[in-house]
Amino acid sequence: MAYALQQLINGISLGMIYGLIAVGYTMVYGIIGMINFAHGDVFMIGAFIALITVLLLQLGGMMDGPAAILLVLLVSMAFTALYGWSVERVAYRPLRGSFRLAPLISAIGISIVLQNYVQVSQGARVKPIGTLVPGGVEVMRDGPFVVQFSYIQMLIIAVTLGVLAVFTILVTRTPLGRAMRACEQDSKMASLLGIDTDRTISLTFVIGAALAAVAGTLYMIRYGVIDFYIGFLAGVKAFTAAVLGGIGSLPGAVLGGLLIGLIETFWSAYFSAQYKDVAAFSILVVTLIFLPTGLLGRQEVEKV
Amino acid sequence: MTPAQAIRDAAIAAAVAFGLFVMLVGLRTDVGPEGGLILRQRWGQVALLCGIVFAGRLAITTLAGRRALQPSTAPGPWTARLQRAGKLLAPALLAVALVLPAIPGIGRYELDIGILVLTYIMLGWGLNIVVGLAGLLDLGYVAFYAIGAYSYALLAQYFGLSFWICLPLAGILAAFWGVLLGFPVLRLRGDYLAIVTLAFGEIIRVVLLNWTELTNGPNGISGIPRPSFFGLPFSMAGGEGTFAGFFGIEPSPSHRVIFLYYVIFALALLTNWVTLRLRRQPLGRAWEALREDEIACRALGINITTTKLTAFALGAMFGGFAGAFFATRQAFISPESFTFIESAIILAIVVLGGLGSQVGVAIAALVMIGGFEVFRGLDEWRMLVFGGAMVVIMVLRPRGLVGTRTPSIALGEKRAIGGDLVGEGRG
Repeated sequence: MAYALQQLINGISLGMIYGLIAVGYTMVYGIIGMINFAHGDVFMIGAFIALITVLLLQLGGMMDGPAAILLVLLVSMAFTALYGWSVERVAYRPLRGSFRLAPLISAIGISIVLQNYVQVSQGARVKPIGTLVPGGVEVMRDGPFVVQFSYIQMLIIAVTLGVLAVFTILVTRTPLGRAMRACEQDSKMASLLGIDTDRTISLTFVIGAALAAVAGTLYMIRYGVIDFYIGFLAGVKAFTAAVLGGIGSLPGAVLGGLLIGLIETFWSAYFSAQYKDVAAFSILVVTLIFLPTGLLGRQEVEKV
Repeated sequence: MTPAQAIRDAAIAAAVAFGLFVMLVGLRTDVGPEGGLILRQRWGQVALLCGIVFAGRLAITTLAGRRALQPSTAPGPWTARLQRAGKLLAPALLAVALVLPAIPGIGRYELDIGILVLTYIMLGWGLNIVVGLAGLLDLGYVAFYAIGAYSYALLAQYFGLSFWICLPLAGILAAFWGVLLGFPVLRLRGDYLAIVTLAFGEIIRVVLLNWTELTNGPNGISGIPRPSFFGLPFSMAGGEGTFAGFFGIEPSPSHRVIFLYYVIFALALLTNWVTLRLRRQPLGRAWEALREDEIACRALGINITTTKLTAFALGAMFGGFAGAFFATRQAFISPESFTFIESAIILAIVVLGGLGSQVGVAIAALVMIGGFEVFRGLDEWRMLVFGGAMVVIMVLRPRGLVGTRTPSIALGEKRAIGGDLVGEGRG
């Protein structure tokens, strides 16, 4: 029981990170209908920028307390958002309205570029940063087994919930969110009604990248070690989460992320850690057999 | 654009570049002597990069105008010229490929690259059946390549079967797995299909990696037997019963390389020939109809299930052949050779070549893989250039290098049509 509770805590905090990345996938998919393959690498860029910011703060002796972590988050979000914007501007915008596979290949190219850019500029070796937020709260004790709810996990859950709340308000209550939803439904009609679709799409990428930066920062703090390759697996998992939840659906992305996180954690805890990816992917395949548009996805009606 | 505007534009580009590079290039993290991370400053390189971006942007805007960066889908003058040359290009490429080992100055290294390029051409043609003809987006094609390679390696290891027996078996096994993948994805469309095929590729790789008792896990399988020439092995020792001994020639290591080159050449041509023949038959036409419009297809009574499954199976079969060849050429395989990036490269070759264009795939494979080998000296920069090239080609020519298609059937004379008239499939 205590063991399961611990896994639940671990799974939720991991799932939150996947959910944050998945939101970026699903937003881009909803608005321009393409898989942004480079999104996982944008997450990796976010983690690296956070790492460098932490080192800078440590040099200045200011890496202390919640304010420092907030600063790291903001710096990482700002710089990563610039990456998201540039990627869209350089690789996707010229292909807008082109056929479907062109932006996909372009995105794979960008993914290769970002990975190798970080490898060249930062080196291929893993970067250990150590524990930044030590300690935790003892939730329950069952004989020798202690259920720990660490401060890092609390931080992850709190930050994710906070960011998602802001994001939900942004999408549902602001003019920008309205424009985004309008572009998602019908971008041609939206542009006829005076919405700057190019700007809206750019901002979608900026927001998606900022969310990925939050995920990257939390990942870096949680695991304390990153390298240039973390983006691929996290990206694939988050993409799986987005599809599992129903791609294009924002609550679906978070739900899918949580599910993938929980499946992975529980599978590693009770069966084998080696096959945790197989478990996550198999559940995706099985779900899609019965629900071809994911858990919360809309059934597309095709008109002839 | 006036010069002042151009300079302002370039300055903005340089400012963005500064924002991009200031953290990741300007500050390099390294593991310091005490195990912790230290930062090294490299402001000179940031300035250099910003200068390059400024100059590059200025050059593009002033010299070529902004239109130069617009993509073109319509066949431009470049395409028309290529089209005229295209009639000669395909036979010319074929002829060069046929006599390549005999051309003076072509050594073992060049032949090895030739074998590599031909392997990718074959994989591209195999995937072209699934993506280009049937319009089903497959991001896990490398799984079939892996299945083919491991089929041969395991059959040879455990049962001592020879390459020529295993080659068809590897193809059949891969086709079987293709059908197995095909069943659950019959109802899926677009990106749902893409992620399931990607997941399938990853599942196969993870299983190969972790099923240590069977596959030896990450250490891979080594000592995979080489193919024989009609029962005559290639041996440096020479003598009775070997290739060199039988034909009474001096034993040389290049014999096997040349032989392998012709094996993959024949396999690639087989793939091409089967594809071209099938396109004229009901099955191939059903694939293309499926790509153009699935609903219309159903309305006309085409069996979607068998059409999709045969596309997956045939594509997978050629992937399996290529895999078996890869195993015998390398004599060593490990799951590391079958990562997602391989799938992405094969798909990129198909799309960059122009979906559905056989010559285009060959040219794209030659450019991408050949170019990749030529730039070996760039070391770690190579993949960076490779990815950048993918983006640039795609942005400039979204419909691929060969922008025209010849319809499979036509009333009267067959005329080449623009690639943008061909459907891309939603499956």
